[in-house]
Amino acid sequence: MQKYSLYSLVRNSFTRHRNWSPAWINHDLKKSYDVIIIGGGGHGLATAYYLAKGYGVTNIAVLERGWLGGGNVARNTVTIRSNYLRQESIPFFIKSVEMYEGLSNELNFNLMHSRRSMIDIIQTYPKLREITRKMYTMDIFGSTYKPISVSEIRRRIPTLTGGGKDSRLPIIAGMVHPEGAVNRHDAVAWGYARAASSLGVEIHQNTKVNSLLKNDDGTIRGVSTVKGEIWADRVAVAVSGHTTQLTDTVGLRLPLRSFNLSAFVSEPVKPMIDVVVNCPDLGVYLSQTAKGELVIGGAPDPGQSFRRGTNQLVFERTVGAMLELFPSFKKLKLLRQWGGTVDIAPDASPIISETEIPGLYITAGWWGGYKAIPAGGLTFANLIATNTPHQLTKSFTLDRFKTLDYILEPGTTTRV
Amino acid sequence: MLIIDCPFCGPRDEREFEYCGPYRKSRSDNMDDLSASDFIEYLIVPENPEGVGREFWWHKRGCGEWLLVVRDTKTHQILSTAEADAE
Ligand SMILES: Cc1cc2nc3c(=O)[nH]c(=O)nc-3n(C[C@H](O)[C@H](O)[C@H](O)COP(=O)(O)OP(=O)(O)OC[C@H]3O[C@@H](n4cnc5c(N)ncnc54)[C@H](O)[C@@H]3O)c2cc1C
Ligand SMILES: [Zn+2]
Repeated sequence: MQKYSLYSLVRNSFTRHRNWSPAWINHDLKKSYDVIIIGGGGHGLATAYYLAKGYGVTNIAVLERGWLGGGNVARNTVTIRSNYLRQESIPFFIKSVEMYEGLSNELNFNLMHSRRSMIDIIQTYPKLREITRKMYTMDIFGSTYKPISVSEIRRRIPTLTGGGKDSRLPIIAGMVHPEGAVNRHDAVAWGYARAASSLGVEIHQNTKVNSLLKNDDGTIRGVSTVKGEIWADRVAVAVSGHTTQLTDTVGLRLPLRSFNLSAFVSEPVKPMIDVVVNCPDLGVYLSQTAKGELVIGGAPDPGQSFRRGTNQLVFERTVGAMLELFPSFKKLKLLRQWGGTVDIAPDASPIISETEIPGLYITAGWWGGYKAIPAGGLTFANLIATNTPHQLTKSFTLDRFKTLDYILEPGTTTRV
Repeated sequence: MLIIDCPFCGPRDEREFEYCGPYRKSRSDNMDDLSASDFIEYLIVPENPEGVGREFWWHKRGCGEWLLVVRDTKTHQILSTAEADAE
């Protein structure tokens, strides 16, 4: 792997940047691998990287239907945080947030990681009760969640002029989560791909998996792709949103539903918001990118969906909610909008698990799974390599559904 | 935005409705005969088709009836709308 540094930048400028070596290498598909990972998104690529780096498994193919960074890894709103409610979740997300902070160095790829605090704006008493519970549980595990006054909220977010005493839902409280961060999503996909490729992992784009294949004894045999059959004793599904489409092909029924989440981006403006603002009562959250654009997210499209577009109604509701709190944003032009498909379990917690088919592993149910990419990849790699769940994700296996032992997790945009 | 053709009220926009999850049979009196794993599957494993699927919508801000809507999850096109009958 060609190291990126100031020195390599200067040196390559003498050849007008024509001699940079490719970030990852394209290979011909082999007939079999030790591990096949389906899905070249954040979770699939991170899993490949940690398998190669931490467990010496390098004979790996990552099979991606489209292109690297075409899925949710580059369609999300990059909010990274560990303010979760359940004691099973918090340590996992703390780990992931910490890993992100050192990831630019580890991958030798500038992720433009920016720790900037997340502020939750509270406008109803039930939500206040929920976040108070969050605060006490987070405190046990060392994730920070501090109450702040309404005047302090307004001091830190001067453009937040709505939600006053006369409004429909006055702001009653706020919480600061200093660990909240954003970074550059393409870089996460490319950084992991480049680092995995340099360790020998093969990445195959335009290689859609049509179905999973079983041996006569019920163990996994491999996959059937648009480019033919490929075999492996271990197959890992990391296809965010499309999990059941693959597991259905071997009769494995999973408690997952797929939904469309969307995001909206404004024209770039001068710096005006330096935190991630989350307004769970109205269902909108936003942050400002380094380029100056506002990135705005809202609630999911209500019905199940595999569409990548946006629902006009979701758009109207999200923008309407934003204008209640930030009336001056009326003048902003929104430039882009898009959606992505994510799946969710009944308890809104993730699934990182072996399955009833020996050799078949899944990582799924990633509703807010961008923040989870580093720790998700690490723990999934551990499961695939050792066949035992990682300490941090041992509660997130499919076993919990056998006893209906839900880990109910109220997220920011979920309705659970 | 969807236009849902309520059999009782006629075509109305999505704002009047609440999505109530994918279709499933109503709980029958013989649930006790199901094995634990079949019962859990009934409870939590939903239809999740990439394409045409059946789902419940509640005409919350209209007549209040529950509807069974057949809709394509890729195009969001609605193929039919009927009263959700109590089986
Ligand atoms: C609008 C939006 C906003 C979001 N905001 C946040 C946020 O602020 N914070 C946060 O933490 N999370 C957020 N998320 C969720 C987050 O993006 C996902 O949970 C996470 O990216 C999923 O993991 P992934 O990166 O591996 O997914 P993906 O990048 O989608 O990777 C899955 C890959 O599998 C491929 N694939 C699918 N089927 C097949 C097949 N049959 N064969 C081969 N390949 C296949 C897809 O093409 C895709 O590239 C958001 C999501 C959306 C859509
Ligand atoms: Zn009606």
